[in-house]
Amino acid sequence: MRPVAVIGIGKTAFGAFPDRDLRSLAVEAGQKCLEDAHVSPSQVEAFYLGNFAGPSFVGQNHLAPYVAGGMGITGVPCTRFEAACASSGSAFFHAVSAVGAGLYDVVLVGGVEKMTSQPTPKVTEILAGAGDMCGEGRAGATFPALFAMIARRHMYQYGTTREMLAAVAVKNHANGAKNPLAHMRKVITIEQALAGKPIADPLTVYDCSLISDGAAAVLIVPFERAAEFESKPVRVLGIAQTSDQVALDQKEDITTFKAVKEAAQKAYKMAGVTANDIQFAEVHDCFTIAEIVASEDLGFCKKGDGGPYALQGCTALNGPRPLNTSGGLKAKGHPVGATGVGQICDVVMQIRGEAGDRQIERHSLGLAQNLGGSGATAVVTVLGAVA
Amino acid sequence: MNNPGPGRVYTETLIYAAPEQFVKDAPYQLTIITLDHGGRLTARISSENPRDRVQIGDQVQFAEFRDGIPFFRKS
Repeated sequence: MRPVAVIGIGKTAFGAFPDRDLRSLAVEAGQKCLEDAHVSPSQVEAFYLGNFAGPSFVGQNHLAPYVAGGMGITGVPCTRFEAACASSGSAFFHAVSAVGAGLYDVVLVGGVEKMTSQPTPKVTEILAGAGDMCGEGRAGATFPALFAMIARRHMYQYGTTREMLAAVAVKNHANGAKNPLAHMRKVITIEQALAGKPIADPLTVYDCSLISDGAAAVLIVPFERAAEFESKPVRVLGIAQTSDQVALDQKEDITTFKAVKEAAQKAYKMAGVTANDIQFAEVHDCFTIAEIVASEDLGFCKKGDGGPYALQGCTALNGPRPLNTSGGLKAKGHPVGATGVGQICDVVMQIRGEAGDRQIERHSLGLAQNLGGSGATAVVTVLGAVA
Repeated sequence: MNNPGPGRVYTETLIYAAPEQFVKDAPYQLTIITLDHGGRLTARISSENPRDRVQIGDQVQFAEFRDGIPFFRKS
């Protein structure tokens, strides 16, 4: 496969924007990205769009050409990818695969979700559709409930505590407060996190990511052509998408995401690195327990040690391996279909040294981990600075 | 639908924020049961009384299907 580089990034703010529609968000991110890459719409050879539930949230189908048309991109393949919360991670994986295989040279990848136009119980119901609606969904499972059951089991097997979960929320809120595009720019204390409104025991509202509107986009080209463009390229060193059963009750051990472990191993192998080499990462903290499990599955700490790893500050902005310097899904926000590409943007910002108040010192090798549902889709990407 | 038989609680949660169609039931306990006959099943706990709630490791027995949803109770 030809090496691929990211030469442009663009994001909207994440938040609740009652006066914005899905297309205007996606178009804003795409246009910012094209501007960042110094590429015109007519140069784009294909458009890949990640979106989970536009048809359910806003009643709009046929999204990829709809969004592309808003940017003046027509006459090229425009395709929507749906893989629950990993929708745009999956779009990115397929776009990189196509450029790597030599199908196209200049490809725009977007992600978008417009969620806040529906009341919370309706959003909860739509999100539940990322699970098995003939099993867990029919029984009344919500996504917080599925991750609450993962948390309970993790606590039972490894002694993980509520304080360890809360430490993830406190850290991500602290990072989000430094991110001008974050949905929630509010520092919280561990006491606040522990006293939050219960959502699904043992998870409180502070353990859950936000219901957000937002969009993100990246532009990729073959690495050999990156020098022709005016922007600063970042290498896609390794990438993998894998899968597992959709229903949580079909997984042998719910304290680990097998698909994430497999995707990480494949991406590390492709990049020629090990977990130890990864300096920082954006991980899929849809719930605090998910960040703890991710730190184990990605090999940053031993199985079962994810809780103490977070509590001891190993993942803090000034820690040995910062996780979610953007604020993560918890504080930056989680417009489901935008999350995967948003993570790529955040890793690229760190590698370029453009992360402002949250810029870290060691930032030449980063990772993005995007999770769909309760682990049925996983995409892991290793990104590196051009030496 | 067949009686899934007895089992043991593999994990559980108490749901406060319910999807639209179950708002009237909240809070309700959801579990994954490891069945004695093999396999796992996502099921609800039949009593709404807090003292009948179950924990990981508790033995449970099948109570009934309500609208196709399996309900269990503590053995």
